[in-house]
Amino acid sequence: MTKIHVTTTVNGETAEFLTDPRETLLDVLRNQLGLTGSKEGCGTGDCGACSVLVDGVLVSSCLVLGVEAQGKTIETIEGMADPKGDLHPLQRKFIEHAALQCGFCTPGVLVAAKALLAQNPDPTETEIRYWLAGNLCRCTGYDKIVRAVQDAAAEMRGAA
Amino acid sequence: MPKDELKGGFRLIGTRPNRPDGLDKVTGRARYGADIVAANMLHAAVVRSPHAHARIKKIDASRALALEGVKAVVTRADFPTGLTGEDWNLQENTIAGDTALYDGHAVAAVAATSALVAQDAARLIEVEYEILPHVTDVDAAMAPDAPVIRAGYADHSVPEGMHPNVVRYIDFGHGDTEAGFAAADLIREHTYKTEATHQGYIEPHACLGQLGADGRGEMWVCTQGHWYIRRMCAAVLGIDAANLRVTPSEIGGGFGGKTTIFMEPLALALSRKAGGRPVKLVMSRAEVLRATGPTASASMDVKIGMKKDGTITAAAVNFRMQGGAFIGMSPVTEALQCAFACYDIPALMHEGYEVLANRPKAAAYRAPGAPMAAFAVESLLDEMCRELALDPLRVRLKNAAKEGTKSSYGPSYNRIGFVETLEAALAHPNLAAPLGPNQGRGVASAFWFNHGGETSVSLAIGEDGTVQVSVGTPDIGGSRASIALMVAERIGIEYDAVRVNVVETGALGVNEPTHGSRATFASGKAAVEAAEQAIAEMCRRAAAEWGIDAEAVEWVDGAACPAGPNAGKFPPMTIAEIGAKMGGTGGPISGHHESVPGGVGASFGTHVVDVEVDPATGKTTVLRYLVVQDAGRAIHPAYVEGQYQGGAAQGIGWALNEEYVYGADGRLQNPVFLDYRIPVASDLPMIDTVIVEVPNPGHPYGVRGVGETGIAPPLPAIANAVAAATGARLRSLPISPPKLLAAMKHK
Ligand code: FES
Ligand code: FES
Repeated sequence: MTKIHVTTTVNGETAEFLTDPRETLLDVLRNQLGLTGSKEGCGTGDCGACSVLVDGVLVSSCLVLGVEAQGKTIETIEGMADPKGDLHPLQRKFIEHAALQCGFCTPGVLVAAKALLAQNPDPTETEIRYWLAGNLCRCTGYDKIVRAVQDAAAEMRGAA
Repeated sequence: MPKDELKGGFRLIGTRPNRPDGLDKVTGRARYGADIVAANMLHAAVVRSPHAHARIKKIDASRALALEGVKAVVTRADFPTGLTGEDWNLQENTIAGDTALYDGHAVAAVAATSALVAQDAARLIEVEYEILPHVTDVDAAMAPDAPVIRAGYADHSVPEGMHPNVVRYIDFGHGDTEAGFAAADLIREHTYKTEATHQGYIEPHACLGQLGADGRGEMWVCTQGHWYIRRMCAAVLGIDAANLRVTPSEIGGGFGGKTTIFMEPLALALSRKAGGRPVKLVMSRAEVLRATGPTASASMDVKIGMKKDGTITAAAVNFRMQGGAFIGMSPVTEALQCAFACYDIPALMHEGYEVLANRPKAAAYRAPGAPMAAFAVESLLDEMCRELALDPLRVRLKNAAKEGTKSSYGPSYNRIGFVETLEAALAHPNLAAPLGPNQGRGVASAFWFNHGGETSVSLAIGEDGTVQVSVGTPDIGGSRASIALMVAERIGIEYDAVRVNVVETGALGVNEPTHGSRATFASGKAAVEAAEQAIAEMCRRAAAEWGIDAEAVEWVDGAACPAGPNAGKFPPMTIAEIGAKMGGTGGPISGHHESVPGGVGASFGTHVVDVEVDPATGKTTVLRYLVVQDAGRAIHPAYVEGQYQGGAAQGIGWALNEEYVYGADGRLQNPVFLDYRIPVASDLPMIDTVIVEVPNPGHPYGVRGVGETGIAPPLPAIANAVAAATGARLRSLPISPPKLLAAMKHK
């Protein structure tokens, strides 16, 4: 099948790739751009492990085609820490609160939580739970994830 | 001082430092099964049977092989013949022989230059089937008219006249049950059913395998146990174990489901056929649900005799469990052994049947067998407590097993903490929380053996005095951190000065997987033993330099010191000083420990749950949840809590939502997460935990193992809470809204 040339911006840098029109954005990120931090847990939009931001909107990258990235701005887990490597408060709090066990859901949860705090800096427990309802975690029972998000939100509000 | 009397006073154990692999896992850097590539790599796809039971008449791969980019196709014909026992079982499940035994059974596999081409090619492989009658329900599979799945596999234990699908019968017990039931004031008997559920790890199985014509190869794979992968792949492919080097990736959850092989030999067989090019094979979620895991489904009769004061006088169970179309997969023995393990009952009878059905080969799932047994036994206990108007926790306390009790499955208990979990539950504020209309509280307890298992660990002192520990148990939930804490505690150095690595099969002796709640217990115990060896050697080096006897040197706070005034006056020699000069004092300093550690400490837990049931829809909402469990010792309490919470969440899913739904055609109806619905964040409340610490005398720091027990109590605790809220008693899981609504109407 003829491949299509796509130019996009990923984590602040210009990226170019050739993609089969059937390939998902997740495939392209993982297999062509080497950004394997986004995970595939289902490929059907049910688990959130592949969560990324496209033009600031939280999406499941397994449900977006690679060709749709043309001209867009994409943020993945690899772009979450600042360029010097200092962790985002959410990343720090996830480690401190032991909010990950196997860690496979973690990139998607972090990307989704960041999107939540961008629009709601002071979410309630219920708001956090409903926002993250699209991110499956089989290990933690979500308790420590919710606490880590609450704590990161508090720190970010304090710092603002 | 006996080790079980160690009471706190630790410098590091019981603290909550950041885990060493945390940074990699929050930045996306950690490499899981599907995250690696190799030069010249091919991608594979698997052709799977769409039928529950079918004879494979013909496989035609010619159209697939003609597709550009396709490099190899394998079928059963590419595997050796003549395997027996579990090796044959594994081969049969890896790829079907004459007969496909369940929906999703692998029939052929193809390797191509891209994943898309491999998938296209898989669709071009034509398989001609002759559909055979099938059976998926455990009771139906035992019925006289059930289709025979495999004839002639029943072992000698099976009573005559039973259906050939019944392959094993187990019975054991003690005491006089007839007299016991005669002494009871109340005897109740019911049948309970649980459906199969899947471990539901979010990371699908993935591997990258390479195998040359010389029979040497390597594999990168997400697994709980890479020596198991090595042994099983070698057996299925007929190659030598030592020629296969297996490296574990980070693992995205396992819960028992990644302790065996599913598709790994296919990648190796394809690689061998494609001239040794590496082959990557990653399952889709539907493949994971159709063809890996799941757990057994169960049908269980329970009979209990109780006095008016709650004393249990006798009990009897008869469990029937199917573990798929393969022998030895149903955890019915464990289920029977766990059924009454919490209690001291004078007369007990256990009977069980292992049954074949046209379902995938069951794999271990967190305390295999225990959740089903707990559902049946703890539900009936609750019914009887209600009938006699007795407090269910106090009845459990009255009958609780203690140190010295002869367990229901044979051995007598060493020091255990079941009573302590009940007392902690009784004292917890959740028990005093007021309940509103349509709300109910349920309690339940459970037991798990825990496990030692083959363990090999090595430890080496660095030139700067830091310590590297090599373990063979993949880190699923923080075991690197807990092992580092124990080693640092023993050697007397900082937590950050110990680096724990999970190493490949070429680097250590055989290790069993991270299963049976054993990683922190067994690898931890072995790491402490290895540290003792290194400490002894460091003391010898100091003694040699000081010119005194090694016995005159003791190890204190990370340094060798003269042991008392007669040994001489030397300043402490730190681990860093010893490490810096070890090249000139005798060479590298290390420690090893290889064993099957004894001293395993049994685990008990008690859960309390409050639910609310919507009378209009039958939907159950979990309002409050409490897990109390004896950890022995919590090395890193945050990860102990995490195990409790995660286990509870899986048990809640099993109780309320999760089930394998088979259609009349024998096909799995819900092989996607949308329909196989595991709990999401908005389904659950915060999960409260109490860590009871009754140290295990068999571990240097009292560890028991914490991973598994927590999945079992939620099944009955939720059923009991639902009964309290609605008056409707559900004796089959899951307690789905339509099922509960119907039960509420008919109660
Ligand atoms: S992989 Fe995209 S939602 Fe699961
Ligand atoms: S930490 Fe394992 S799935 Fe969330």
